[in-house]
Amino acid sequence: MSEEMVTVNMTVNGENVTKTIPVRTHLVDFVRTELGFTGSHLGCEHGVCGACSVRVDGDVVRGCLMLAAQADGAEVVTIEGLTDTGEISDLQDKFVERNALQCGFCTPGMLMTAAELLAQKSEMSREDIREFMSGNYCRCTGYHAIVDAIESVNNTRLKG
Amino acid sequence: MKAPKFSYTRATSVEHALELLDKHGDEGRILAGGQSLMPTLNMRLSQPEMLIDINGLNDLKGISLDGDTVCIGALTRHVEVMNSDIVTEHLPLIAEAMPHVAHVAIRNRGTIGGSVALADPAAEMPACILALGATLVVQGSAGKREIPAEEFFHGLYETARAENELLVQIRIPSQKADKVSVFLELARRHGDFAIAGIAAYGSVSGDTVNDMRLVYFASEDKPTIGTNAIAALNGKTWSDETKEAVNTALEGDLEPMTNLHGSAAMKLHLQKVLTGRAMDAAVARAGGAA
Amino acid sequence: MGFIHPYDRPNSYIGRTLPRSRAMRAVAGRGRYTDDITPPRTLHAAFVRSPYAHAKILNINTAAAKAADGVKLVMTGAELADMCTGPWVGTLKVFENMKAEPQYPMAVDRACWHGEPVVMVIAETRAQAEDAGELVMVDYEELPVVIRKEKAIQPDSPVIHPNLGDNIAWEKVLGTGDVDKAFAEADHVLEETFEFGRHTAVSLEPRIVLSEYDPGTENLTIHTSSQCPHMIETVFARTLGVPEHKVRIIAPDVGGSFGLKIHTFGDEVAATAAAIKLARPVKFVADRLESFVSDIHARENRVHAKIGVMNDGTLIAAEIDDLSGVGAYSQYPRTSVFEANQILHISFGPYKHKNYRAKATVVYLNAVPTSQYRAVGHPIGISVAEYMMDWAADVTGLDPFDIRRKNVMEDDSYPQIIGSGLPMKDLSHQACLEKLRGLMNYDDLRAEQAELRKKGIYRGIGVAGFIKGTAPSPVGYYGAGGARIAAQDATTVKLEPSGGVIVALGVTDQGQGVDTVMEQIAAAAIGCSTDMVRAISGDTDATPYGGGTYASRATAIGGEATYQAALDLRREILHMAGILLQKEAEELDIVDGNVVDFGSSEARIPLSEIGRIGHFQLGELPNDYQPVLSHTRRYRLQDSPYIYTNGIHGAYVEVDIDTGWIKHLKHWVVEDCGRIINPQLADEQIRGGCVQGLGGALYEHCIYDDAGQLQNGTMADYVTPMAFEMPDIEVGHVETPTSESELGAKGAGESGTGAAPGVMMNAVNDAIKGLTSGRVKEQPITPEVVLTALGKI
Repeated sequence: MSEEMVTVNMTVNGENVTKTIPVRTHLVDFVRTELGFTGSHLGCEHGVCGACSVRVDGDVVRGCLMLAAQADGAEVVTIEGLTDTGEISDLQDKFVERNALQCGFCTPGMLMTAAELLAQKSEMSREDIREFMSGNYCRCTGYHAIVDAIESVNNTRLKG
Repeated sequence: MKAPKFSYTRATSVEHALELLDKHGDEGRILAGGQSLMPTLNMRLSQPEMLIDINGLNDLKGISLDGDTVCIGALTRHVEVMNSDIVTEHLPLIAEAMPHVAHVAIRNRGTIGGSVALADPAAEMPACILALGATLVVQGSAGKREIPAEEFFHGLYETARAENELLVQIRIPSQKADKVSVFLELARRHGDFAIAGIAAYGSVSGDTVNDMRLVYFASEDKPTIGTNAIAALNGKTWSDETKEAVNTALEGDLEPMTNLHGSAAMKLHLQKVLTGRAMDAAVARAGGAA
Repeated sequence: MGFIHPYDRPNSYIGRTLPRSRAMRAVAGRGRYTDDITPPRTLHAAFVRSPYAHAKILNINTAAAKAADGVKLVMTGAELADMCTGPWVGTLKVFENMKAEPQYPMAVDRACWHGEPVVMVIAETRAQAEDAGELVMVDYEELPVVIRKEKAIQPDSPVIHPNLGDNIAWEKVLGTGDVDKAFAEADHVLEETFEFGRHTAVSLEPRIVLSEYDPGTENLTIHTSSQCPHMIETVFARTLGVPEHKVRIIAPDVGGSFGLKIHTFGDEVAATAAAIKLARPVKFVADRLESFVSDIHARENRVHAKIGVMNDGTLIAAEIDDLSGVGAYSQYPRTSVFEANQILHISFGPYKHKNYRAKATVVYLNAVPTSQYRAVGHPIGISVAEYMMDWAADVTGLDPFDIRRKNVMEDDSYPQIIGSGLPMKDLSHQACLEKLRGLMNYDDLRAEQAELRKKGIYRGIGVAGFIKGTAPSPVGYYGAGGARIAAQDATTVKLEPSGGVIVALGVTDQGQGVDTVMEQIAAAAIGCSTDMVRAISGDTDATPYGGGTYASRATAIGGEATYQAALDLRREILHMAGILLQKEAEELDIVDGNVVDFGSSEARIPLSEIGRIGHFQLGELPNDYQPVLSHTRRYRLQDSPYIYTNGIHGAYVEVDIDTGWIKHLKHWVVEDCGRIINPQLADEQIRGGCVQGLGGALYEHCIYDDAGQLQNGTMADYVTPMAFEMPDIEVGHVETPTSESELGAKGAGESGTGAAPGVMMNAVNDAIKGLTSGRVKEQPITPEVVLTALGKI
C-alpha cells in the first residue's frame, strides 16, 4: 500500500494552517512535527497517560487518539496557545509556586485538563479534583502538589 | 507505535458509509470516537485497509425523547450523554454509570454507539442498555433492523451487527418512576476497565423485590443477565437468607474469565458482593429498610 | 571577624523555599526534551525485537525491509557487533565470584528475552521504519525458557548461558555474631517468606537518543534523556571506538528518570552506530510498548526472613535469605546484583541487634535485564524487616511504636556498626519516631480505628522505619569495582564580568530541582542573590566531569562541591577586594552581591565591579596578582561507603474486607536528610517517591507467563498510581547534618520509595488483624491477595 496523503486545514493556537500529511498522522505528531508546537508530549500513544492532551473545539481530548485529518476544520489549542491567551496564567503561576511539577513532561497535559476543570466554575473538593485529574499520569509529584495548586486556584477564582 | 498505512474516507451520509462497508468488508473499519480503534492502530494490533470516518454524520448525533423512549444517536459523545438532562431524568442508571466511563478526555470523543458496537466485556454502556431492555437500531444497505439488547451481545467483541451494518441509534425505554436502578463497578483505579460490575433495574416495594433485572459485566465475555440469580430473587423479601440464595444461584449464571486482573474465583466472589450491595441500595432507594 | 557559615546567616538561601526556573518554562510548554530537537535530515530508528524469551537466531532476511519506502539502513546484531568494541560484561570486582555472560548491543546468535533487539531499521520517518520492520524475516528456533527464579536455581534447570555452568549470577553471605545461638536463646522465633513482584520505572518521557556524528572531526554528539551524561560519554565512546574527548553528551530537559536513565542500552548504542555509519542524525525513541520490554526491570525477589525476639521485645537476631530474579544479562556497567546486595546490607538496619546473617542468590532469567531503580533493594529489605517487627510487636504484646523505640539505635550512640557491617552515624531514629507519632496523632488514630471496627469498618495503621544509603563513595562499588563511573563530583563556579555567577555542575537535574538547589548553595556561599546565579548542567562540554544524578547524590555530593567551589570564589573575591580596598580579606564580607566591611551592610564594591576589574581592567591590580574568577572543586566521601539517612513512614488505610479493595486515607513521612537546602523541593521528592513506592506496593507487576512472555506491557495493563487513589502525604523532617561534609546535606530522593511499600503492607495487615490468621506477605497487594489472606476465596 502506498502512503495516502491528505490535506488538512485547521486553526491551531489562533492561526490558520494548511498542510499535506500522511493520513495516518495523529494530531499530536502533527502539531509537534509539522507546526513545531512541541509542548504537547507523547507518553504512551494509546490514550492512557494524558501527556498528549490538547483542546479541540473547546474540549480536552487525547491528541494521540485523533487523526490530524479528523481535526480538519476544527479549532485546536495546545499549551502554547493556552499560555498565550493567559486563560490559566494564575494556574501556571501557582504550579510554579507550589512546585506542582518536577520533570514537566506531564505538565502541559495536566494544565489542559485542569483548564477544563476550572472552566466548569464549580466548587470542588480535593476528591473531586483527584477524580477529574484521574486520567493524567504523573510519576514525579505523587499528585499532592498538583491537587493543592488546582484547589487553590479554583477556590480563588470562585471567590473573586 | 505509529499506525500502519491505511486509506481514509469521510463518509458523507449513512448510505455512503454503508457503501464503503460493503465494498471493503472486513478490511473496512468505522472510525467514530476512535478511543478504542486508534490504540489498536497505534499498537499495530489491527491493520485495516480503509478507515471510514463517520464523525460528520450529524443525523446520528443527539438525544431526544420519543414518548416513553429515549432515543440516542449512536454518534452521541459520552460527555453529551453525561450532561444530558433527558438522560439524568429518564435514564438514571446510565447517569450513574457515566462517571465510571474512562476519563474526561476519552468521554469528550468516545461515543455511546462505539462502546455498544465494540462490546468490550468491561464496558459500562452495554450492561446498562441490557439492564434497561434497550433496542439497537442497525442499518445496512438492505435497510434498518431493530435488535433487542437481549439478542445483541453474543460474546467477546461479538454482536448481532453484521460487518456491513452500522449501528445508528439506541432506543431505551425511560426508566419507570416506580422502579429503581443501581449501577456498581469495581476497578483498580477510577476510570480503569472494570473487574466486576452490575447494572440492576427493577421494582422493589418495601423490602420485597418484585422483579429485578440483574446484568453482570466485566467478569464475563459479554454483559450477562443473571437468570438463576433473578429467579432466586424475584418475589422474595430482601434478607441475608435471600442474599445467600441469590449468590448460590449466581454460580450457575456466571463463568468468569481468569486473566491478568484476577482469578475466576475472585471475580465470582466480587459479583456476589456487588449483588448484595446493589440490592441493599435498591431497597434503600425504593424507600424500604435494608 | 571571621567566617559565618552561609547556612548560619539570617535569611539564608540554605533552608529557603524558592521556585525553580525550569518549572516556569515547563508550565508554558517550553520544556525542551530530546524529542523536541530535530536537526535537518534526521533519520529515525525502529527495532525488530525478539518475540521469544529464548531462541536461536537461525537466519535474518532483510531484503524486503531494505527496499521499503524511506529506508536507509537495516542492521543486524552481527553487523552492529562489528562496529563495536566489547562485548559488554556486567560485573564489578567488588562482587566476588560474580558470573556474567558477554552481551552484545543487539542479539547476535541468540535472543534471550522477549523484547531483546534483533534488527534495527533506519528510515526517514519512524512510521516508515516500523513499516519496514514488519518486512524483516527472522527465523527463530525456540530454546527452553527459564523464567521462574525458584526453578532457575534447581540443578535440573535449563541453563541460559552454558558458558556459565548454571544460572547463578552471584551468591553472597554476610553477617555478624551468632544467629543460630541467638535463635536458640530467643523467647520467640518468627519465620516468614515474602514475594515481591517485578517492576519497571515508567518514566513518562521514554528513553531516547538523538545521535549526530561528523566524520570530518570525528565528533560524536548525543542528545539523550540521561541522568549521567558523563557516564554515557565514557561508555558510548569506548563501546563505539570514538575518542572520549570527541564525544559530547547533552541531557536537555529530562522527562522523569528514577534510575532508569542511569543505565546504558543496546538499542541506544545501535542508533548511535547508525548515526556514525550514515553520518546523519539518528533519533531513537523507545516507544511505550518497547519500553516495557527493554527498560531495565527491578524488584523481583523472594525473601525468607527469621527473627529472634525476647519477651520484652528486644530483637536479638535477624536472618534473611534472598532469591533475586534478574534478567538475561547482567546490566552493563552497574551490574544486576546491586539490588540483592542492598537488601543484604540494609535490612533491619535501624536496629541494635548484634546477630545478623544475610544470604543472597542472584539468578538469571529469560526476562528483561534488571538493575538499579529508585531506592534499589530498600523497598524489599524494609518491607521484610518492618513486617517482622510488627509481628514481633504482636507476639510480645508491644505497640508497634514501642517495639521500635526499644530496638532502634539511640540518637546519641553514634558512630555504630550495624549487623551487616555498615557504619552508621549522624542518624535520628528516635527523634523521627517521636515526631511521626505526634504528626499522626497516633493515639487518636488507634481510638478511631477501634471505634470503627465495632461498626464493621476495618482500618489499619502501619509504621515502617528505615535506613537509606545515599551518595556513594568511590571506595565502595564503582571506582573500586572497576567501573568507569564517577562517585566523586565537581562544580565550577565562575564570576562573570557583570557580576553574575555561573555554576557548572557535574550533577544533573531531572525535575527534582538540582539546578535551583545549587544556585541557592552558590548564592548563599558567595553572598549574592539567586537572581544573579545560573546553573548549567547536563552538557559534558560545559560542565566538569561528574557522576550525574543517581543514588540520591546530587545535593549531598554535588552540593558540597558547589559549596566549596563557591567558597573558593568568595575567598578570591575577598582577596581581590582586600587589595583594592587595602584591607585584610578577613575584615571584609560579601552581602547581597556587594563587598562590605565585615558586620556592615554598606556596599564597598559591588560584584559587578569585581567582575569588570577582574576580567577587563587588570591594570587596577598589582602585576603579580592574576585573579582566578573561576573555581572548580571536587568532592567525594571520605569515611563511609554511603551517607546513610533514616526516617519512618506512617500510613492509615481502610480495607474493604468483602472486596479486598484498599483505600489509602493518609500517609506521613518523617525523615532526616541532614541540612535541607530547599524545603519544598525536599518535601516534594518525598511525596513523589512515596507514590512511586505505593505503586509497587499495590499495583505494579511485570507479569510473565511460563513461556517468558511479558503479558501486561501496556499502560492499561501495567497499573501505575493515578491521582484518585493516592493520599495526601504529610512530610516532616529532623535535620542532623552529616559530618561527611561542611554543607551537611544528605540524600533525600529515594526515602519515599524505600519505605512506602513496607508501611502499606503493615497497615493492611493491621487492618485485617484478628479477622483471619492469614497475612499479606507479597506485593503488589492486589484485591486477590487481600481476599486470599482473609480466606474469602
